[in-house]
This record gives sequence, C-alpha cells and structure tokens, in this order.
Amino acid sequence: MSVEILSRDAAGLRYNLRRILTGTTLRLVLLAICLLWTLPTAGVLITSFRPYNDIISSGWWTVLETPFDFTQWTLEHYGAVMMEEGVGNAFLNSLIVSIPSTIIPITVAAFAAYAFAWMEFPGRDAFFAVLVGLMVMPLQMALIPMLRVYTRLGLSGSFLGIWLAHTGFAIPLAVYLLYNFISQLPRDLIEAATIDGASDFQIFTNVVLRLSMPAIASFAIFQFLWIWNDFLVALVFLGGGRDVAVLTTQLSQLVGTQGQGWHILTAAAFVSMLVPLSLFFSLQRYFVRGLLAGSTKG
Amino acid sequence: MTTLQRWGWTLRSDRRLRLLATLVVSGLAYVVLRWGLGFIRSDGSPKIAAMLVAVTVGVVGAWLLFWILDNVVASIPSERIRQALRPFVFVGPGLLLLFVFQIYPTVNTTLISFLDDRSESFVGLENYVFAFTTDDLLIAFRNNLLWLIIVTSLTVSLGLLIAVLADRVKFESVVKSTIFLPMAISFVGASLIWKFVYAYRPPGTAQIGLINAIVSALGGTPRGWLTHAPQNSFFLMAIMIWIQTGFCMVILSAAIKGVPKELMEAARVDGANAFQIFFRITLPYIRGSIITVATTVALSVLRVFDIVYVMTNGQFNTEVIANRMYVEMFKFRNFGHAGALAVILLVAVMPVMIVNVRNIRQQRS
Repeated sequence: MSVEILSRDAAGLRYNLRRILTGTTLRLVLLAICLLWTLPTAGVLITSFRPYNDIISSGWWTVLETPFDFTQWTLEHYGAVMMEEGVGNAFLNSLIVSIPSTIIPITVAAFAAYAFAWMEFPGRDAFFAVLVGLMVMPLQMALIPMLRVYTRLGLSGSFLGIWLAHTGFAIPLAVYLLYNFISQLPRDLIEAATIDGASDFQIFTNVVLRLSMPAIASFAIFQFLWIWNDFLVALVFLGGGRDVAVLTTQLSQLVGTQGQGWHILTAAAFVSMLVPLSLFFSLQRYFVRGLLAGSTKG
Repeated sequence: MTTLQRWGWTLRSDRRLRLLATLVVSGLAYVVLRWGLGFIRSDGSPKIAAMLVAVTVGVVGAWLLFWILDNVVASIPSERIRQALRPFVFVGPGLLLLFVFQIYPTVNTTLISFLDDRSESFVGLENYVFAFTTDDLLIAFRNNLLWLIIVTSLTVSLGLLIAVLADRVKFESVVKSTIFLPMAISFVGASLIWKFVYAYRPPGTAQIGLINAIVSALGGTPRGWLTHAPQNSFFLMAIMIWIQTGFCMVILSAAIKGVPKELMEAARVDGANAFQIFFRITLPYIRGSIITVATTVALSVLRVFDIVYVMTNGQFNTEVIANRMYVEMFKFRNFGHAGALAVILLVAVMPVMIVNVRNIRQQRS
C-alpha cells in the first residue's frame, strides 16, 4: 500500500520534471540560443545589402521593420568589392590554392595509408607512431625553417609552394584518417586480387581507392574547407600581394585599411563565406560524418 | 587481341620498353607541368584559365608522380629489390613530405631557439629567459591560459547542454545546423562578423554595433569593447566559443545517442529523475568523448592566432603566444624569440602527442 503511494508520487515528480524539460521553456531556451548564434552573421549579411548612408546612420536591425521596402536594398557593394577591392581576384586565388591543396594531400596520403595498412616494410610501426605524434604539431614550429627554405628555393609567394606546404602539413591527419578506413577493408578482397595477379598499384587504384571513396569524400570536404579558411599558412607562404592573395588574407587587409568601411567589409566577408556556406548546406551530412570520423579516435 | 592491347601487353612485359615509356612520359610531364606552373604565375594569363590549369597540374602531377615511381621500380630486373622498394613507392612521397615539412622544421626551430635573433651565434637559454620574464610575454602567457580554461570549459559545457536539450525537441536538426554553422566560416570571417557586433561609435550618434545598441537602449553608455583590458580578452574568446561550440555539440550529441536506451530505461524504472540520469549515467558513459572534444578544442585554442591578429593584433593587453610569435618573426625579425615561442607551444601540446602515440601503439599491437 505505502509502496504504491510512494511510486505514484515519484511518477508525479517525474512527470513534472519531464514536462519542464520538454515544454515551452525548453523550446524558448533553444530558440534564444539559436537566435544568439545567428544574429552576428545575419547582421553582416543584411548590412552588406544596405546603402552606405543607411549603414552608418542606423543599426541593421531597423530594416526588419520594413523588410519589403526595396529602396533600402542595394547590390552596389558587391560590385565594388569584387572589382575594386580585389575580392574577385582573391576568390579565384582561393580556388587555385584550395582545390589542388585538397587533392594532392589526399592522393599522397591514400597511397601512404595503403602501404601502412597492407604492405610490409622496415620501420613501418615506427614511422606510423611518428606520424600520429605529428598530428597535433603546432604549425608555428614549421614557419621559420620553411620560410627560409622557400625563400632560398624561390617558392615563397608561389602557388606550387603553398600546395606543397598545405600537403606537408595535412599529411599526418590525412594518412591517419584514411588508414583507419583502408585498414578495415576485408583482407579476402585484397588477397583475392593479389592471387589474380594484380600488382599493388592495380589493387590500390581499382579496388582500394574505389571502396574508400566515402571516407575520401568526407575528408576532402573537410580538407577543402580547412584550406579555404586557412589564414596563417597563406599569410606566411603566399603573402598579401594582389596577384596571389587569397580571400582570408585579402579580408584581413581590408579590415586594416577600411577600418569603419562596413559596406566594403560586410560584402567582402560574405563573399568569403559563400563557398563554405553552400558546401555546408548541401553536404552537411558528409561534413558531420567527417567530423565524427576525425575525432572519435582513441 | 587488338593491336593496341598487344602493344600494351608488350609494353608491360618488356622491362626496358617500360622504362623507356616511363622516361618519355616523365619528360613530357616535366615540360607540361613546368609550362602549367609558368602559366599560372604569369600576369598575362586570364585568372579563370589559370585556375583550371592549376587544378589540372596539381591533380595530374600528383598521380603521375606515383605512376612514374611505380613504373621505375617495376623495371628493376631483380625481383627481390622490386619487392623491397615497392612499399616505398607508396609511402615514400608521404614520408618525404613528413620529413621536409614536419621533422626537419621541428629540429631546426628547436636549434634556432637557442641562437640569437639572426640565428648566427649561440645564446643558450636567453630567448627562453626573455619569454618568461618580459612583461608583454607574461601577459601573453596569462591570456593563453585564460583562453585555454575559459574557452575549453565553456565550449564543452555549452555544446553538451545544447546537445542534451536539442535531443528532446522535434526541431533538433535545425538547432544543430544553426549552432554548427559558424564552424564552416573562417576565423578571419568570424572575427569580422564579431567586430561588427562590437562596433563602437561615440555616444550621441547612432550605434550600429549590436551590443552597444543594446547597452544604449538600456540606458548605459556605449564603449569600445575591444580596447578596455582585461574584459577585451573575453570578448575575443566569445568568438572562439561561438565557432567551436557547434563542434562539441555534434560530437557529444552523437555520443549521447550512443548511450544504451535500456540503461536509461532501467534507471527511470528505479525512480531516477532526469538530472540523476544525466549525471550518473549519460555523463560517465560519454566521458571518453568529452575528453576527446576538450582536447581538440584545447589544442586549437592554444594555437589561436587569426582572431587576435584581426581583432586587436595583440594590442590592449590581448596578446597571445601564437600572435606574438608571428610579430617576433615578421616585425621584429627576432628569430630566436620566435623560435623559443614556437618550442613553448610544442611543449604545451607534448602530453597530447604522447598519449596519442601510446594509444595507437596499444591499438596496433
């Protein structure tokens, strides 16, 4: 009897708690968090479409009172930014840097990961341990010596130089992640191909690479975004010259020269976010998958 | 067999022919790639064409490298040598890059940190003494420590909180996308976004920065949030928290969904409330993920550079080690100081390196 009452009380308490946690309060809290997370970006986006005089005379949120008054919107900053402020050029430079800097390290790393997973060679375990250790190496350790080497070889400020730099810095993580996938492929598959007389090169290109495509795609999206958003490597090895500056370096230069020129800054910022944001919205699932593969190690 | 196939077969079976073909391809590749690189660099070439050439050169170049290496090894007459060399066709370029871009610089930077500003004479520990006794540097260390503690703890707990809360509503994916979105934006872009949030204009004029507008609306006086130490560092940290919380949330959300339903159901039947379930079951269960996430955030916080560079460039007592290292390197041209700061960063991440290596050794043995 008393047990029954007790358990009914407990049930009531549980019910109340659950209601608070799933009810309106919870929804409001989440909504507030989302709003907090969105407002900064929304402000920049809206500002980039407002005429200069509006930007400096009123806050961007004032447009929300009359969102359909089209006289308050303009595209002129985008034209100015792309043409006069060098952002159009920087956009293409970012592509020139990012695409090869995604594909080259993945190629090199996939070959290496195959060797680590399916081939015997002296020092294999030691090399792999070194590689894993270097995964968290601060970039700063490489800056001085590599800049000196680059200056001597004439690679500094060249696209070839920055592809190589990004490849070199990406190798440990790329090999590790692709190894995790490639080493899990069924042994029978590799052995069957060997018996059929396929060389390692053929096994790699025809079997392993094809089967690893999902893992490679996840990592590629990640690597591409990382390169696209990179600032330090581009700043040190490529520099801010207009012919080579990528979006992040160009943007940081604009922050320095434009100060309060919010019409230019907001439009430039949005151009720089265009590619990452569209990738994010179209490939979000791969993005999350790549993230999970990368960090659930150990 | 068609003529072409027969030709391909002869080529593959005859080592000398194969070597010859490889050499011809290498020569051609060299000429074409060289032309391509020249084309990309030349001012006269249209940018879009340069981009297409760049992509082709990069991709084809990387593949050709392996193809040529493999063929060269395949043309070696001795089977034993072929067998011994073949793994290095695959792993060689990766190891070479690893050596050139990671191992050599590590040794070299460590050496540089014991040399003077132009790396000409040995100065012992002078650069380290400078790092640990100069006021500016001590501020940078203090800031890095604050960043480490505050940003790591806040991103992890906020990420966890949002993951838990969002798990209970139908619009979970919308919430997650919203919080996760800043992850896709560059640190430079994010800094600019927040610079606008913190924008300051003298009292009396319209405030266009969100925070100063709110402060004015509430009757306060607007201020330059980035120029007043020590709070300004916290305003910079907010940017990092804004970016990294999504990362923590995604990983921890996946971990939470991995907690066995039966376990939670059993606890519920035993009369545990939501808080007890969270602290006694969920939290211990996802401990591993929390540690991983915290470590990842801590590593990126330790190296934070872009945000400080763009927002204040280390002025107003917001300096951090990574930015100071850049300043020592490019502004003061003091490579000894810069090297010492880099080594200090390396020492700070050393524990993570050791743990990672130990884990991998256990996994593989």
